[in-house]
Amino acid sequence: MSTIVMPEPDAAILVRKDEIVAALSAALPGDAVISDPDETKAYECDALTAYRCPPLAVVLPRTTEEVAAAMRICHEMGVKVVPRGAGTSLAGGALPTADSVILATLRLRDVLEIDTANRFIRVQSGVTNLSVSAELEPEGFFYAPDPSSQLACTIAGNIAMNSGGAHCLKYGVTTNNLMGVRMVLATGEIVELGGPVLGMPGLDLLGLICGSEGQLAIVTEATLRILPRPQGARPMLIGFDSAEVAGECVARIIRSGLLPVAIEYMDDVCLRAVEDFAKAGYPDCTAVLIVEVEGSEEEIADQVARIKAIADQLNPVEFRISRNADESLAIWKGRKSAFGAMGRIGDYLCLDGTVPVSKLPYTLKRIGELSKEYGLEVANVFHAGDGNMHPLILFNANKPGDLERAEAFGAEILRVCVDVGGCLTGEHGVGIEKRDLMTSQYAPDDMAIQMEVKNTFDPGWLLNPAKVFPLDSSRPYRDAAARGAA
Amino acid sequence: MEAVLEQVAPKDEAELAAFVTDSRAAGRRLRIEGGGTRLPSGAVAADTRLTTRDMAGIVTYEPGELTLIARVGTPVEEIEATLAAEGQALAFEPMDHRVLLGTNGTPTIGGMVAANVSGPRRVQAGACRDHLLGVRFVDGQGRIIKNGGRVMKNVTGLDLGKLLAGSFGTFGVLTEVALKTLPMGETQQTLAFPGVSVRQAVEIFSTALGTPFEVSGAAFHDGTAWLRVEGLAKQVGYRRTRLTALFGSRPIDLLDEAESRRLWRALRYVQHFAGTPDPVWRILVKPTDAPAVVAALLEMGGQASLDWGGGLIWYGGPADPSALRRAAHPGHAFLVRGPADAPIFPPEPRAVSDLSNALRRTFDPAGIFNPGLMGA
Repeated sequence: MSTIVMPEPDAAILVRKDEIVAALSAALPGDAVISDPDETKAYECDALTAYRCPPLAVVLPRTTEEVAAAMRICHEMGVKVVPRGAGTSLAGGALPTADSVILATLRLRDVLEIDTANRFIRVQSGVTNLSVSAELEPEGFFYAPDPSSQLACTIAGNIAMNSGGAHCLKYGVTTNNLMGVRMVLATGEIVELGGPVLGMPGLDLLGLICGSEGQLAIVTEATLRILPRPQGARPMLIGFDSAEVAGECVARIIRSGLLPVAIEYMDDVCLRAVEDFAKAGYPDCTAVLIVEVEGSEEEIADQVARIKAIADQLNPVEFRISRNADESLAIWKGRKSAFGAMGRIGDYLCLDGTVPVSKLPYTLKRIGELSKEYGLEVANVFHAGDGNMHPLILFNANKPGDLERAEAFGAEILRVCVDVGGCLTGEHGVGIEKRDLMTSQYAPDDMAIQMEVKNTFDPGWLLNPAKVFPLDSSRPYRDAAARGAA
Repeated sequence: MEAVLEQVAPKDEAELAAFVTDSRAAGRRLRIEGGGTRLPSGAVAADTRLTTRDMAGIVTYEPGELTLIARVGTPVEEIEATLAAEGQALAFEPMDHRVLLGTNGTPTIGGMVAANVSGPRRVQAGACRDHLLGVRFVDGQGRIIKNGGRVMKNVTGLDLGKLLAGSFGTFGVLTEVALKTLPMGETQQTLAFPGVSVRQAVEIFSTALGTPFEVSGAAFHDGTAWLRVEGLAKQVGYRRTRLTALFGSRPIDLLDEAESRRLWRALRYVQHFAGTPDPVWRILVKPTDAPAVVAALLEMGGQASLDWGGGLIWYGGPADPSALRRAAHPGHAFLVRGPADAPIFPPEPRAVSDLSNALRRTFDPAGIFNPGLMGA
């Protein structure tokens, strides 16, 4: 078994399952409530598949009002609610508990408004990330955040986790591209924040909601900032025989005044796996950078020349510029298939710590040392421009103790990230996965004020239980909530 | 009354925390200030002025990481000069309020964050809050709290920096901020469209901001609309050529780099309303609503200019505050300079103000930070 503990389910809720399902069914359309254990099993985990637990029931609303009705009932009956987008969280952000109702946004699928003159799109939160940009393509616009799960993941989940992607070096993450939300509070009350205006009338509650991992409210509609599509983009591949030199190249590119849309990094373990899997034609070396620039032909040529001049001073083993669309695809192919390639080798844990860019070489060195200590192989593939690392720890799920060892190794890597001035998670979120590590980044008062904010929105501690805050830290609040409910 | 307020200037975080703890116990209400250049003097009902200006100095600046950490009392000018020496800048072009408000004092980086101050480039690069990576602050219980960090991607826990940015000191006294810096464009040019109406200006803005030519300024005043392009020399030349071709039928004047920099500095400081007698308002609207809102405002007298592609209206004039806020609806009108008796912040729906007030009590249970400001 794995090492992350979830609280014991509330027996008083479990025995009331029929009553709770009946109340939800009475308030919602017939097909919106699922309670058959065979069907709720499909919701027992997200992409952190090592952890599973079927929920009490699943609710699939089609409108904000239906979400509000479900929330009101859960609030009145004291039932915990786990919000779920597409279930692609790598951090266990949508893991159910046996005594909770899953509230899935999957059927909130409407595009409500596209306004290119004012540069926004308004959607229900269950639309997928990629479909937002697909809707905008005929208009010549796109939505910038592009997490690698963008084919499946929903805007609701993107907002909950403040998702990033490969292109956020230039365009920012979700919070920089979110203009407004319609959301439902724990009580069932509907609240609107922001809209197609560049600023809030008072406090920036929108910025607080974004990235709050379903702890504060459930977002049902979103107004998103949209951008004109660039005229063209061109990736280049730069290979180095040293991780330190590759890291230096990243820093020099950034210091030069260029702002590439993406700077991606892959190490030798990853390169070999990718080469076996995708035949992307990557060089056999210690580190590969993929750098992408945007603009017109002339602008691209200018930026490529500047980057080549920087790289040449560092003696790269290879500098390959894409000459056409096929070559661009080939350069990106290996990077995009990296997780799949690693998955073919075995089970892996995908970490998500961020470090200051200058600390990348040191952090990579430490990861290498720890890899030897733990006897587990690790591949590094990540967004180098912003220091957001994704070490993939390989293990064998069928070998007793291997997952626990991988988790301990992962925790140690994340502590290294924090120690060098970084953080536990750059874009995946805390969920359950990093919950118990929060105290390594935040002192007791830093944690306390976050939990007080949570308590202000959700005094019953019913929203997305046992996530984000270590159970020991949150116990006083949860106990007070339980006493209040009793 | 303001003149007789005692002033306290803590030297460091620990001294500040002790003073806040004591103030809470004593029920001492504090007016929180950096350089004191941005807030009207009568806006807060306080017993003591607490200034952060003595907690100053850049902690770290890493140009290769696009990251700066500074203590809040650091003058904005010092930070801008430090960044400029490395070819970088605060991309959101913070406004210096002294020009418009006629205030003295030295604008600080903390005051800039507390007021979430963003200038013309906000339309392209985002607001101050979008570049805020982390904060340290002292809350109303005297606790020293850190949130966020110094890296660009960080989703660890709740993002309290967003709450602090734009909370005007009502949630806590900032002590240190980490900001994302960006490379400054190598050069810039501006296209000027003379003789256009507000409606035509917004049409020009919407068209231009819908192109991939990365327009980094879109403003209007006194019958002229301006579009700024910045970047590497090749990019600027290319973008200017394409935009000029796009608006081929209109007369366009070209401002060279020096003229362009002068123009946007003046627009950033809202220089055209400096020294005028009327109240000045800052009004956020959906850009295509701007022509109708401006028309309604001008019927009440005064003058208006636009920034942020029409999304920001600057209005200087005698309009009655309630009538002005009705005209701006559903946009938000903020009083920047004017009569002490008008509310500075626009009203919010009850559900939102309930949440905001509850949160404020969480951060400042005794209500000692800037009482009277932001609705509570």
